[in-house]
Amino acid sequence: MNMASLNSIILTLVTFLPAAGALLLAFFPRRDRDIKWFALGISLITFLISLHLPARYVSGQPGFQFEQNIRWISTPNIHYHLGVDGISLWLVVLTTFLVPFCVMISWKSIHERVKEFFILLLVLETAMIGVFLALDLFLFYFFWEATLIPMALLIGMYGHERKIYAAVKFFMYTMIASVFMLAAILWLYAKTGTFDFVDIQNAIHIGNVPGFAGAATLLFLGFFIAFAVKVPLFPLHTWLPDAHVEAPTAGSVLLAGVLLKMGTYGLLRFNLGLFPEQARQNAPWIITLAIIGIIYGALVAMVQPNLKKLIAYSSVSHLGFVVLGTFSFTQAGIDGAVYQMLNHGISTGALFMLAGILYERRHTYDIKQFAGLATPMPVYATFFLIVTLSSIGLPLMNGFIGEFLILSGAFQAKAVYGVLAASGVIWSATYMLWMYQRVFYGNVTVPVNNSLPDLDGRERTALWPMALLALLMGVWPMAWMNSIDATVARVLKQVNGSVQATIKSPALSLNDKDATDTEQTVEVSGR
Amino acid sequence: MNPIPSIDYIRILPEIILTMFGTIVMMADPLFDDHNDRKALGVLSAFGVLAAIAATVYQSAPQYHGDGFFNMIRVDSFSIFFHMVVLLVALAAILMSFEYLSVQHLKHGEYYGLILYGAVGMCLMSSAIELVLIFIALEISSISTYILAGFRRKHAESTESSIKYFLLGSFATAFFLYGVALIFGATGSTQVDKIAASLKVGAPPLAYVAVALMCVGLGFKVAAAPFHTWTPDVYEGAPAPVVGLMSTAPKAAAFAVLLRVLFGTGAPGWFWMIWVTAALSMTIGNLGALVQSNVKRMLAYSSIAHAGYLLVAFAAVKNLDNGISAAMFYAASYAAMNVGAFAIVSHFANAGERFVQIDDYAGLGKRAPVLAAILTVFLLSLIGIPITGGFFAKFYVFSAALRSSLVWLTIIGVVNSAIGAYYYLRIIVMMYMREPQTDAPVPEVPFGVALALSLSLVTTIYLGVMPNRVLGYALQSAKDLLR
Repeated sequence: MNMASLNSIILTLVTFLPAAGALLLAFFPRRDRDIKWFALGISLITFLISLHLPARYVSGQPGFQFEQNIRWISTPNIHYHLGVDGISLWLVVLTTFLVPFCVMISWKSIHERVKEFFILLLVLETAMIGVFLALDLFLFYFFWEATLIPMALLIGMYGHERKIYAAVKFFMYTMIASVFMLAAILWLYAKTGTFDFVDIQNAIHIGNVPGFAGAATLLFLGFFIAFAVKVPLFPLHTWLPDAHVEAPTAGSVLLAGVLLKMGTYGLLRFNLGLFPEQARQNAPWIITLAIIGIIYGALVAMVQPNLKKLIAYSSVSHLGFVVLGTFSFTQAGIDGAVYQMLNHGISTGALFMLAGILYERRHTYDIKQFAGLATPMPVYATFFLIVTLSSIGLPLMNGFIGEFLILSGAFQAKAVYGVLAASGVIWSATYMLWMYQRVFYGNVTVPVNNSLPDLDGRERTALWPMALLALLMGVWPMAWMNSIDATVARVLKQVNGSVQATIKSPALSLNDKDATDTEQTVEVSGR
Repeated sequence: MNPIPSIDYIRILPEIILTMFGTIVMMADPLFDDHNDRKALGVLSAFGVLAAIAATVYQSAPQYHGDGFFNMIRVDSFSIFFHMVVLLVALAAILMSFEYLSVQHLKHGEYYGLILYGAVGMCLMSSAIELVLIFIALEISSISTYILAGFRRKHAESTESSIKYFLLGSFATAFFLYGVALIFGATGSTQVDKIAASLKVGAPPLAYVAVALMCVGLGFKVAAAPFHTWTPDVYEGAPAPVVGLMSTAPKAAAFAVLLRVLFGTGAPGWFWMIWVTAALSMTIGNLGALVQSNVKRMLAYSSIAHAGYLLVAFAAVKNLDNGISAAMFYAASYAAMNVGAFAIVSHFANAGERFVQIDDYAGLGKRAPVLAAILTVFLLSLIGIPITGGFFAKFYVFSAALRSSLVWLTIIGVVNSAIGAYYYLRIIVMMYMREPQTDAPVPEVPFGVALALSLSLVTTIYLGVMPNRVLGYALQSAKDLLR
């Protein structure tokens, strides 16, 4: 197959390969071993194919790449429109990267209804990738809702004691919040006659949407509430600890690693992309909530007796950083936000895998049950340390780059944001290192722990890439940053451009937009 | 008197076929001995419905479109659309009844005959354009369903269901008839086109009263709040396959009549009535369903809520094409998913309908994985989750509403659909996340049920992935209706 035709279908291939695998699995005989190998194979192949995206992605090129735009339904005008830019590119790769590890980490811990588990996992992968790639608002909503069912079932079917409560809570929070987004999407369609993200963005930009001025704030909030619940932003975060604690390990990894990013991605893509003015107007209170989330999440994490809950609350804190960076409207802040999404996916994903490994051995997440684990499980302790350091943002580790960029963006926006948020870095070091100390150092207090086996080959295979990547992303961020930076610059220009346009008279705004376009072209040819 | 041209008989061909088959079934029934489960009659009825479907397809050729029988019947895309919905539902109901009747020891051939007669009435409701004929069609369909509701006659709740349905139903048809009489008084005609012409000149106050009365009568038939109170009791007592039928086909037909009466005649003054009814039905239906422990009752409240969503599309008057087609699409996809859900409920209910509590569904995901998965698809469709027909149905309705600037009704609707998610989810949670309470095996799915299930499953998914054709046809029908 030549490159051009591969480029045109690559996104469809990456998106639907896992679903096709799930469909095949449905007709598989219930031989658990084969099912696991098959799921692993499919997810690995998906990952390898998805590597085509960063390999062939052209950093300087404006707009979306590898686009595929086919009419799906004529009335209403719905297109099957996929495309990738610097923001979604790595999130897609992060998703395809994490799923094979989820398969490996579930190898032994899932005994019952194995077939259903892997079918759900693969369907979830398709839906998650679809969320990041969809450029038609309808298609986006479609994938967005489609992530809900498999995740809720993964929690509810394979979770721990309070799994039903957690699954229903997760489902209802997300469902209720996303209907407001649906209403906003339908409103936009009713006024513009299209669901296409780029078309709607242009229509809003040139002021071609009747009644937009009156409804804009409500529309902004409609999208915002759906994403804020997903992120989750304080005070909408209460579903997260429950879902995390009850979910099976693979569920937690994907929940923290990818599903939460759908929220921050949505804020960046849609709230900033479609409603830049409203985003600016509402930024102060959103940033306030984000900073409360950073500090509150960290403080609550500190007092958690449950390892998984601690990691869950640390997510609230980390995702607060991402929201802060996004709404700082600075190049550094948004760059950092996107980078931090990837970091959090790697480090928290790995933390949940490690917690799951411990749970498989001891069937508890209670921190009091552990002490001095470094003695019986030295390799495990080493991996845990690397991931911990990555999570708290030690220089040379990936977390540092992200947090540093976000904080410098926050300082540029307003010094007080930076100061308050920076305290979060200290808090996160405190609770993570304190937890590490309690679990791994000192003497073994519970005798059973003396005989805990260290990591086996499968577990090491799953953890090595994570640890290496955490390091690599810390020392060589430019490999990722190049593509992110260019896209963020464009998003930012739109945000700032539209604010200027409103200051000028409306008659001029059309010319203003043309001017921006020419500027972009010049800039690209300059590269 | 004008001679009736032979083409007119083609315009009622599906009704003729159904009546013939119904009569044959009735006459053949005494030939069987008491212990026979009458499956042969069921198969015969299924073929009757298939023949009627073929006749409807034959009718759909453009040369047969037009009015017949002294402008009492009209064949157009609108009537054909609803014919197909009604006939497919009847087919599914017959297919799932083979097993049901023998499990419940209901060995009566009239059952199938009544379904066929009911289908005659419902088909006629969608093609009649003369109010008295519409009334007669409504009665044919209603009386058949009254009897069907009481078919488990040895069970008190079934008899209760039948009597309740009959009493309140007669009351409602009386309202409708009163409305017809008044509209005749106001406009001097009972023919839809002539009424429309007269109302265009000017609507006397009497016409407003007439429209209100007809809306009350039809509101009862579609189980819209505040005329919904009969629904839970009737659905609880009636045989499960019959509930699958009567919660979809007569409702679709009644919606067809409502569309004809409100839009075909350009009737005045119903906007706020429909608005309030829609909002009430969605809210009462969903809140009522939240607290049910019986699956049939829960689905009864859910059907009230769905009638509400459908009425939202009626209120989208600024954009008639969109509103009407959305309503039609909703009727079709609701029919597919609800019949499917009831096929599983009736299969699972077992002798004497023992297992109809939500708790009985515990662990069904383990005991019968395929059935549970299929039921999950129907429930997700009822919630309105993508790749199912229910999603597009809601989507079209709400987008039509927003195009008519019904922001508040849309908000009430989407909030309701989020609330609604909870009780459907409860069944899914039961099936997959709780341990089974008994080890009693779920009976094998017999051929008839499997066929009915695949019919509704394929339709539900088809409408959720490729809604184009059906929606296009509905749009065409809307144009025909408004012409």
